[in-house]
Amino acid sequence: MYVGEDPLFGLMNRIGKPVDGHRPFPRYRTTPGGWRTLSEALGGNTLSVVGFWGEPAAVHVALREELSGDVAVVSLACPDGHFASLSAVRPSVIRLERTACDLFGLVADGAVDPRPWLDHGQWGVTRPLAAAPGPAAAEPQRYPFLATEGEGLHQIPVGPVHAGIIEPGHFRFTANGETVGRLEQRLGYVHKGIEGLMAGRTPDDAARIAARISGDATVAHSLAFARAVEAALGVAPPPRAVWLRAVMAELERIANHLGDIGAICNDAAFAFMLAEMSRLREAVLQVNDAVFGHRLLMDRVVPGGVAVDLPDGGGKRILDLVAEVRRRFPPLVAVYESSASLQDRTVGTGTVSIGLVNRFGAGGHVGRAAGRGQDARRSPGYAPYDDLDFEIPVLTAGDVNARVWVRIREVEQSLSLVEQMIRRMPGVPRDSHGATPLPRLDLPAQGGEGMALVESFRGEIMTWVRLADDGTVARCHPRDPSWFQWPLLEAAIEGNIVADFPLCNKSFNGSYSGHDL
Amino acid sequence: MLKHIWTALTGGPVTAAPPPLDTGALAQLCDAELAGRLDAAAHRRLGRSLSIRAVDAGSCNGCELEIHALNNPVYDLERYGIRFVASPRHADVLLVTGPVTKNMAEALRRTWDATPDPKWVVACGDCACTGGVFAGSYACAGPVESVIPVDLKLPGCPPPPRLLLAGLLALLESSAEPLSAIAPSVAAQGQSRP
Repeated sequence: MYVGEDPLFGLMNRIGKPVDGHRPFPRYRTTPGGWRTLSEALGGNTLSVVGFWGEPAAVHVALREELSGDVAVVSLACPDGHFASLSAVRPSVIRLERTACDLFGLVADGAVDPRPWLDHGQWGVTRPLAAAPGPAAAEPQRYPFLATEGEGLHQIPVGPVHAGIIEPGHFRFTANGETVGRLEQRLGYVHKGIEGLMAGRTPDDAARIAARISGDATVAHSLAFARAVEAALGVAPPPRAVWLRAVMAELERIANHLGDIGAICNDAAFAFMLAEMSRLREAVLQVNDAVFGHRLLMDRVVPGGVAVDLPDGGGKRILDLVAEVRRRFPPLVAVYESSASLQDRTVGTGTVSIGLVNRFGAGGHVGRAAGRGQDARRSPGYAPYDDLDFEIPVLTAGDVNARVWVRIREVEQSLSLVEQMIRRMPGVPRDSHGATPLPRLDLPAQGGEGMALVESFRGEIMTWVRLADDGTVARCHPRDPSWFQWPLLEAAIEGNIVADFPLCNKSFNGSYSGHDL
Repeated sequence: MLKHIWTALTGGPVTAAPPPLDTGALAQLCDAELAGRLDAAAHRRLGRSLSIRAVDAGSCNGCELEIHALNNPVYDLERYGIRFVASPRHADVLLVTGPVTKNMAEALRRTWDATPDPKWVVACGDCACTGGVFAGSYACAGPVESVIPVDLKLPGCPPPPRLLLAGLLALLESSAEPLSAIAPSVAAQGQSRP
């Protein structure tokens, strides 16, 4: 960086040429030389990686300048299928580079970890999204786990089918007695080929798939996809739709945090909290169903607006719910706070340092419990949050307890947000028959490129979409927050006992489906 | 804290009434005429209780959230003698979700193999029944029945807890012999299981 240069756009203008029609953040095309300069810049701490994804003959990386919050995308053409790896300077892209190789056959030269990630050799095809997909893998390869050496070490393999109602993934613990020396994750079991399925569909069809990227963050993923499509087309949804979407997003956040707080306490053998919290969560889901017609609010946020409007009396139902949660939640928080047996398990367990959180650009409760206050609702920010009054809780301990407290504080903030939004919800003009039309736009059938950053209950979702000239999805890449949180779980468990793994894992609550796609 | 626990204990139950069990709805839910096939031996063996092993074979996690809800105080599954267990070796029923990803197909087969007879398989959710929005993907093997035999299909995206409860109660009430035990030839039809 030169003195006086804008940290992000100065660099971008030195290494690349802007590409037209990419909204709302600029995209730059660079050369292998420019890519090397970028790689050097990533060695410092000013930039964080927001996403990394491939196309048949190109790779893209989305970056944020941490202080200003500026965001830009850099693209590098790889006609020969090779590019210089960024993983040595930025370990958060290791798994994303491995994924680009699995799906597109794009090889990262000098990669820290060249093993396949999502491809388990079962698909009957290799590099399925490349221009020319490859033949089936001859034999499923044995996956080489990282070596661990030392006296008295033993390995504990867990999964993919776990002993609970939980998504599948494999964990390989190397333990010395009860103490975990290393945890290695192997994910990819729930890879459904979502990016491949979205291609060629209309935004409306693809939105149904976006809603099922991760079932617990269905509103947030739908919103990220819808906003990316709207950005690509340069259209803005009706104001009422924007507010309704935010109400749904906050209800989703409340429901998930309530469930997680209960489940974390249950993993510390405190079942009373699970019973009480899951009862509160159920109350939220029942109101979702009564007001919006779906317990998890699936398919309610669509490109161009929303699929349902608030019915008569719906606002009051939601306000009553807010009042009920406000009445029942604080005594339960008091139980959490005053139970020595719970605090004994959560305080100081599964600690993640602020250095790692910043290096990985981890958001959500994982980042905020360790001092990183990034929240997409504030930076870059989107409507209607710039009109609303809320705080982003940040703690510094980085342990299980801090992640529980971030959730508790976020529930309180979300309750306040829902209340503010219901009270200030913009109306819709009635038509000549006295009916109120659904707040939803008809989308034009045209091309464009768009990107959206949306805060889910887990953290920041980035969705990037390119629409073909006929308005169908040419390429869509949704990046779930879990991509930057899963690797930190490996670090968090180190030095803890095996029995505390469920507690650490639940306090992260990484998405398997959102990560595996 | 004791005050709050005391309030919770004395506040009266929050549990909802069980969903009605009529044979019409049952017939709609149950694939392969499950409702008609009663077997006294299986009934005696199970003693009117079911142990369920949930297997996520690639779902988006939506079905898991609703299966979790079955355990909350409102639906309170355990009052019917139905409970979730940690191992397929303890299970009577495999409750399978997802459009069976190819990366999970082998694990699902092995879980089925590890479950002792008599056993039932319930396909939970649209993806498990038909593949849902993921049908046709290079990474999905297809609905659950393309990998292991299925006795009962519970549609929905995701199926709400009341429907799940109705389906599981139907299974419990009918106590039918599993397809795989009663008629291997029927079970083999339409299956790609080796």
